[in-house]
Amino acid sequence: MFTVCKTITDRTLTKIGRLTNDLLAGVGKVCNLFLQSCSAIINNTIFWKNTIDQMDAVGVKSLPIVLIISTFTGMVFSLQIAKVFATFGLSSQLGQGLTLAFARELAPVLTGVVVAGRVGSSIAAEIGSMKVTEQIDALETLSTSPIDYLVAPRILAGSLMMPILVIFADIVGILGGFLVAVSYAKIPPNNFIDGILTFIKPWDFIGGIIKSFFFGMVIAGIGTYKGLATENGAVGVGKATTQAVVVSIIIIFILNYFMSMFLYQL
Amino acid sequence: MIKLTNLDYSIDGKIILDSINLEFCKGETFVILGPSGCGKSTLLRLIIGLIKPSGGTIEIDGINTINYTVKDWRQIRQKMGMVFQSAALFDSLTIFDNVAFGLRRSGLNEAAITERVYQTLNLVGLPEDIATKMPADLSGGMKKRTAIARAVALEPPILLYDEPTTGLDPIIADTINELIKDLQLKLKITSIVVTHDIISALQIANRVGLLYQGKLVEIVDRNELSQAKHPLLKQFLHNYQLAI
Repeated sequence: MFTVCKTITDRTLTKIGRLTNDLLAGVGKVCNLFLQSCSAIINNTIFWKNTIDQMDAVGVKSLPIVLIISTFTGMVFSLQIAKVFATFGLSSQLGQGLTLAFARELAPVLTGVVVAGRVGSSIAAEIGSMKVTEQIDALETLSTSPIDYLVAPRILAGSLMMPILVIFADIVGILGGFLVAVSYAKIPPNNFIDGILTFIKPWDFIGGIIKSFFFGMVIAGIGTYKGLATENGAVGVGKATTQAVVVSIIIIFILNYFMSMFLYQL
Repeated sequence: MIKLTNLDYSIDGKIILDSINLEFCKGETFVILGPSGCGKSTLLRLIIGLIKPSGGTIEIDGINTINYTVKDWRQIRQKMGMVFQSAALFDSLTIFDNVAFGLRRSGLNEAAITERVYQTLNLVGLPEDIATKMPADLSGGMKKRTAIARAVALEPPILLYDEPTTGLDPIIADTINELIKDLQLKLKITSIVVTHDIISALQIANRVGLLYQGKLVEIVDRNELSQAKHPLLKQFLHNYQLAI
């Protein structure tokens, strides 16, 4: 009995040890990709054409879905909260509550999740299939760094386009909430707007935008890392894609908590 | 040109290549023949610096590359081209951009690049109108030709071929072999070809080396192949005789 328990404990500890080792190795490799990408940007060895193409893929092509999701999130927020606020005579607070939630949390996190699903997966799949078909090796043999050609453009595009997407998400989300508050809950427009102007500070928006910069970096960094680490053909590409999305979303939520604490002094 | 001395490569304690000693002569076509999984492709990847050896040295033009950094390798790879088994064309780029890829990195102007791309497509027997197509639109043989065009566009003195005829029908394989021979004659390129295809080896080789279980067990001149000693090489030749 004792031997069986000892064997199970040993195996569990070995597994935990291996997982921790893999996790730390992964964090180290992603950080290394970030550093090498920074170096490519500073030394101007980054492929700017690819960066612009990626800005289109990350930003412009994600915009419609971000607008739809943010608008309806703002609308449903108002739908759920407006009547409750009105019942307690707090209708003037709705604009403040909605804007605060959107600017600080909802817009960056929702946009992060959408971009992780749409862009993070495509980055991992594209680079992963390049890896298994020897295209990454072909780049190397043509004296081209995969960091300059593939990684840095995606990380830069992700970091720059996420804040822009979040600005749009803020605008349409608050606007959607405003429309429902006014038309459905019959909250006077002035009350809604006064609540925003009185209580919301620019930093509420700026903090959300700063967070989204890092979320963009995380999504592109993990997507490229998972892509470059792909092995075992098509199965490996599928696995890398799923992992890139799941890991990015988990990190976005964890990072969001700590960044909110730090940025808003909570 | 390229000299391998006591070259070893192992992964997780498993020996893939064991003490390889080999020197390639300028302008020759050296075929490394061997069964699947014997370490042929690994040897090519070591020569071009995609992986690091576990031991031994690789000298290129008399310079030991063992302590080369990634940057040094990128510099020296301008002297080498590689044709991958899967062709490895960049599937987001057109055929023109694939062939022009290395040229754009070399600092040539766009007019010179265009001229060189069409010249190279011509050299490998591809029509000019293929330039605007995407790799997915090409047949296996055309993809291989494009991969060869991309590798020779920079006119490297050394060209490495990883299983250039694998997956092609015998007629297309034959044209690829002719192309390799042709390029050696026209451009005086030193070619290192790894293959398990004895027909291909006999068609293009000046010398043949047999790689077996990670060891280079025999090297013979093309003309002395009939006097080969190793049983596996004899088996390869026997199969060839049966095939014809």
